[in-house]
Amino acid sequence: MSMPAMKTDMSAVAIPPVAAAAPVVTMTPKRAPRAETYAKMAKDAAARVVPPLIVVALLLVVWELICRRAGSSLPPPSKVFKDTRELILDPFFDNGGIDKGLFWHLSASLQRVAYGYSLAAIAGIALGTLVGQSVWAMRGLDPLFQVLRTIPPLAWLPLSLAAFRDGQPSAIFVIFITSVWPIIINTAVGIRNIPQDYRNVAAVVQLNPLEFFTKIMIPAAAPYIFTGLRIGIGLSWLAIVAAEMLIGGVGIGFFIWDAWNSSHISEIILALFYVGIIGFVLDRLIAGLGKIVTRGTAAN
Amino acid sequence: MQAYLKLDHIDKIFTRGSATTEVLKDINLTIEKGEYVSIIGHSGCGKSTLLNIVAGLTGATNGGVLLENREVNAPGPDRAVVFQNHSLLPWLTVYENVKLGVDKVFARTKSRAERDAWVMHNLSLVQMAHAKDKRPSEISGGMKQRVGIARALAMEPKVLLLDEPFGALDALTRAHLQDSVMALHQKLGNTILMITHDVDEAVLLSDRIVMMTNGPSARIGEVLEVPLARPRKRLELATNPGYLKCRQRVLEFLYERHSFVEAA
Repeated sequence: MSMPAMKTDMSAVAIPPVAAAAPVVTMTPKRAPRAETYAKMAKDAAARVVPPLIVVALLLVVWELICRRAGSSLPPPSKVFKDTRELILDPFFDNGGIDKGLFWHLSASLQRVAYGYSLAAIAGIALGTLVGQSVWAMRGLDPLFQVLRTIPPLAWLPLSLAAFRDGQPSAIFVIFITSVWPIIINTAVGIRNIPQDYRNVAAVVQLNPLEFFTKIMIPAAAPYIFTGLRIGIGLSWLAIVAAEMLIGGVGIGFFIWDAWNSSHISEIILALFYVGIIGFVLDRLIAGLGKIVTRGTAAN
Repeated sequence: MQAYLKLDHIDKIFTRGSATTEVLKDINLTIEKGEYVSIIGHSGCGKSTLLNIVAGLTGATNGGVLLENREVNAPGPDRAVVFQNHSLLPWLTVYENVKLGVDKVFARTKSRAERDAWVMHNLSLVQMAHAKDKRPSEISGGMKQRVGIARALAMEPKVLLLDEPFGALDALTRAHLQDSVMALHQKLGNTILMITHDVDEAVLLSDRIVMMTNGPSARIGEVLEVPLARPRKRLELATNPGYLKCRQRVLEFLYERHSFVEAA
């Protein structure tokens, strides 16, 4: 039953190029396939975008209905939008101190994540390679890693504040220590799983250790490494919000805490929305990067 | 007779915990320059282990390998290996896979342009120049093995080691590739040591066939000269009495005197 409906939909999308070309005499057969490709792309996109849109719309309606009543503790979406319109429309204002637009808060948080996460990526891949390559390093370090990785991110914060005596490096350290474990562990597994064939090839060609690392290990372990990197970026985004609530200053975490202290519930909801979107984008960025870097590697 | 490659009293014993298994016992073999020697035996007789010892990928427990009277006990491009499952690096293109070895071996002796030309030369030797920018996942199994052969040849090895190079291919592709290897051997005069479990392949390609007894403690049971003139033609050989006699000898060795016993 839905097929005819789809068909009309497709032709509706396909019409513009066809109509533009129509006056020139008869349709060239070349145009038709292209219009069809566009139609197919549009259909695919619609199939992916429409269902989540419907779900979101439904949730918003339900939320609106539940929170609309007087005396509700949380604001309905319409009120959230009304309260936060200025924040949404002008994310770039800067009145000094912590009274800044959301853009500045988010960029401060992202900056901390960028520092901490980059350090974690470098240290994680290096340590993971060591642990994956050397049995003795694994025996010595693995138990330590297994214990340390279970420590919740925020438990590190007081210790790092004591060590660094400053909020900024402490937050970066918390990001680092949170995201480094999955990177180490996945890299080690990836290195350990390098097929013996590749090692044999490297041995016959007589690659030196550095060449072996860059030409065999990293590409061979790349799918695993990127799994670790992806988990790591997710964890660091989780940790930064919590850490910033405690260290204060500019940052989306403290923005949320500050909004709570001033009972601006709508602002909290807006901030959560942004935190979610950015977390999603970060995850997709790393996943996309992984896809580019590991093309060909997975398909053997 | 000057031995080019000499396998000198090689024993190989694997030790796992307190259990020891003697895989190879007292393997002696000399190979002349330009000779094509096949090693045939039932699976598990240690022929791949023997090839790995020659390649330097595994160490011998006793004895050693001499190449031009010098002991070799580490892997190197002078004994390039064509692996059974091609072992191309999937993240590199066909060209880059061959270039990996060329860049190392000729780092000082050839300029960048010469190395590039050398890679392309070797790819065209195996008729794979057209696919130079493809990745291994985009080409067929036979093509991958051709690239594997090009990679090994491009290192200008003193001995080319083939580890069941056609084992994973279908019969038609295998025959085609065997002809290619024969033509290359004819043209370049490489010294080749090949592991196989295919009797026809061994007789067709080799100057000598080394037949191994079953393991454990596998030995060289018999060495058969194949007195067939080169170039050899697959179709003509099918009715050639010399060919059939050699084939008969190998089959007798493998299936009568040393038939494969699962319990062994």
